[in-house]
Amino acid sequence: MTNKIKIKKGLQIPLLGEPQELLRGVVKSDFVRIYPEDFHGVTPKLTVKAGDRVKAGSPLFYDKNRSSVLFASPVSGVVAVVERGEKRRILHIEIKTDKEIEYQDFGKKRVSALLEDGVKSSILEAGLWFLIKQRPYDVIANPEKTPRDIFVTGFDSSPLAPSYDFILNDLEGDLQTGLDALAKLTPGKVYLGVKKGSAFTKKFDVEAMRKEANIEVVEVEGLHPAGNVGVQINRIAPVNKGETVWTLSALDVAVIGRLFDEGIVDLTRTVALSGSEVKQTGYYKMPIGTQLSSLFDGNVSEGLPLRYISGNVLTGTKIDKDGSLRAYDSQITVIPEGKNVYEILGWASLSPKRYSAGSTYLRLKKRYRLDARILGGARAIIVSNEYDRVFPMDIYPEQLLKSIIAFNIDKMENLGIYEVAPEDFALCEFVDTSKLEIQRIVRKGLDLLRKEME
Amino acid sequence: MIRKYIEKIKPHFEEGGKFQSFRSVFDAFETFLFVPDTTSRSGVHIHDARDSKRTMSIVILALLPALLFGMYNIGYQHFLAIGGNVGFWETFFCGALSMLPQIVVSYVVGLGIEFAVAQYKKEEVAEGFLVSGILIPMILPVDTPLWMIAVATAFAVVFVKEVFGGTGYNIFNVALMARAFLFFAYPSKMSGDQVWTRTKGTFGLGNPEMAGGVAQTVDGFTGATPLGQIATTGADSFASFGFTNALGQPLALSDMFWGFIPGSAGEVSTFAILLGALILIVTGVGSWKTILSVFVGGLVAVVLVNQFASNAVMGMPPEYHFLLGGFAFGAVFMATDPVTSARTEKGKWIYGFLIGLLAITIRVFNPGYPEGMMLAILLMNAFAPLIDFYVVDANVKRRIKRGAVKNTKRKGIEK
Repeated sequence: MTNKIKIKKGLQIPLLGEPQELLRGVVKSDFVRIYPEDFHGVTPKLTVKAGDRVKAGSPLFYDKNRSSVLFASPVSGVVAVVERGEKRRILHIEIKTDKEIEYQDFGKKRVSALLEDGVKSSILEAGLWFLIKQRPYDVIANPEKTPRDIFVTGFDSSPLAPSYDFILNDLEGDLQTGLDALAKLTPGKVYLGVKKGSAFTKKFDVEAMRKEANIEVVEVEGLHPAGNVGVQINRIAPVNKGETVWTLSALDVAVIGRLFDEGIVDLTRTVALSGSEVKQTGYYKMPIGTQLSSLFDGNVSEGLPLRYISGNVLTGTKIDKDGSLRAYDSQITVIPEGKNVYEILGWASLSPKRYSAGSTYLRLKKRYRLDARILGGARAIIVSNEYDRVFPMDIYPEQLLKSIIAFNIDKMENLGIYEVAPEDFALCEFVDTSKLEIQRIVRKGLDLLRKEME
Repeated sequence: MIRKYIEKIKPHFEEGGKFQSFRSVFDAFETFLFVPDTTSRSGVHIHDARDSKRTMSIVILALLPALLFGMYNIGYQHFLAIGGNVGFWETFFCGALSMLPQIVVSYVVGLGIEFAVAQYKKEEVAEGFLVSGILIPMILPVDTPLWMIAVATAFAVVFVKEVFGGTGYNIFNVALMARAFLFFAYPSKMSGDQVWTRTKGTFGLGNPEMAGGVAQTVDGFTGATPLGQIATTGADSFASFGFTNALGQPLALSDMFWGFIPGSAGEVSTFAILLGALILIVTGVGSWKTILSVFVGGLVAVVLVNQFASNAVMGMPPEYHFLLGGFAFGAVFMATDPVTSARTEKGKWIYGFLIGLLAITIRVFNPGYPEGMMLAILLMNAFAPLIDFYVVDANVKRRIKRGAVKNTKRKGIEK
């Protein structure tokens, strides 16, 4: 019997371009690009220079503030360019890829024979530690700390999200090993939140996992953001001041599992290509950093400006047409940009093309083709009870947000800042009548707070 | 085509352009005509179609039934007073024309200040005043001089809204403060039995017979509102009191429901207000919790007061309280103002309930103010942040307690 939680608040934005559950092939590019900005809060210090040969799993750089945290190369090849921007900040590292990926051998290991330190150092050495994040602050986990619990989300509920059941099909072994490995890292429990009705509970012996490995499987039912690990934590065992928990997605757990099962760093992702402007949606395999232009060529709408997103429409990163798959993403979305679209008297519009989560527009039972326009100007927070309806945590989002804007540390702590990540506010930002950049405000608040406290 | 023209003249209004001091005005009109094509740079890539303009448009739409009926009723009361028998349209236009200048004055003064402030602060013009500007003439006595409307509007916009930071930051309801300002500055023009019926002619329509420069009314005319009548009556119980219309004929409950009574334009027709309430609730723009709890609070107060009735107004049953005066209008359009109301859902129940309770209390026990809704709402505006504080504080306490329990447990294990 599994634990169940039901999440009532939330919103599933009905977008066009759901990815078809079909593996369409492998995408290769001559170059891959790694963007250090994907790893929030990290100051990269290079361990390679242009011209160096790397294998998949060799470190490219480490965190200046925490030198044990290495970042593995996803492919083998030759470092071509290190592109720098203002103040010599590293924008991206470009690697010319080999035809066949050559993996650095870290040696197969049996997790059951390892202790906490053994598991930790294996993941750190392999340059995969970045897959583990922590609350508070939503940054890469501090390996020197021991987390109270570890939370793994087993599904993605965001718009047009990839199906983890589909991606993890055949990776059950890696996932199991990964979960066992994580269980060694905490004196508490490893919680895995799976979607209600997921194949997971059929494939795994949930009872045995709980008894033998301290892994608790929780069945989660509800609309987005039910798949956000933050929401699951808040329902299962919320983070208190002074506590640290670690968070991962089940896909990343499988990557860690494979490190132990096969002794290699395999950062190949199964990526869902989705969005209203994609002609043929589906899944593709590719390593992190792969340039995506070949994926888009001939497969997206023509004649209008498009927005390419690595990730989903709520939290993803805007990329160019020849941009790369970002480190944490298993989804690519293409939507219209909406530039040079001028709607007359939009405030009076009855157009069935406009979508609103509220009831000031007619709500049709159909899927929408939304573009990247903000559809209004920034205002002070006026409407009440707007964020609450899409924020299924025991937290007052508006009050927390205001305390962040004012940067009142006591208030932020009291209102639950340690429990949240910017992604938890993504739906608030979507529905916001006042069109505030809420995720950016939360990110900034978390960063400032981290600087104050650490 | 219009788009092309806007693109052509746009550079003049930008920084360094010929008309840069009208940037806020241009921007407001451009975004009014066209949804801007600005796309998101950070955070979410798609946005909900609802914006501030949509929200305010819905409120104005909800106000329209009450406004239109209010206009008709001004004409109706006018011809009742001067004794004329004219058709529906003449009645309506007579009222509409007397009200239009008031709306124009309130908008021109208020929006003028808003535009100037937005220009100075280099911000976009907020839409809040579009609602306040129409509310102000709707809650003032129908014959309020235009200059008073101008003064009150300027006072309210500057000292109630802008000094606090503009739309979204004000503590008190702007429109109600405009009324409160006039109420205390010019009490003789804001209450009594002379101000609720227009007796002068309007742009040549409905000219009364004049004698010595004073408009002549029919015999037996009284301009007192029903609430004014009951507040000043000598009757010692509700049963021995009767409401009358302008001619001294008895008023039925249905007249009060449809709105054929003297009063300010917005408040007279409970039916039109209910239509507005329906629009606000269906679209989710107004909180049904606030509206409902105002009526519940009012009901509780009336039932209590009725038990100890020693005069006519104390014995007035709840349906009269709800149909007369600004009770329904305040509950639907004023209490639900999201900026000045409680912002938490639990807080809205308390906030609304206390408004209802206080409004009836003021009506019944304060002989100086036959109407209590305005003061009740303004008083609760001041207390709304306090209500929210306690609602949110319960969450904070829960979190602190949760942390404390966990920490002691943990320490116990470690030691």
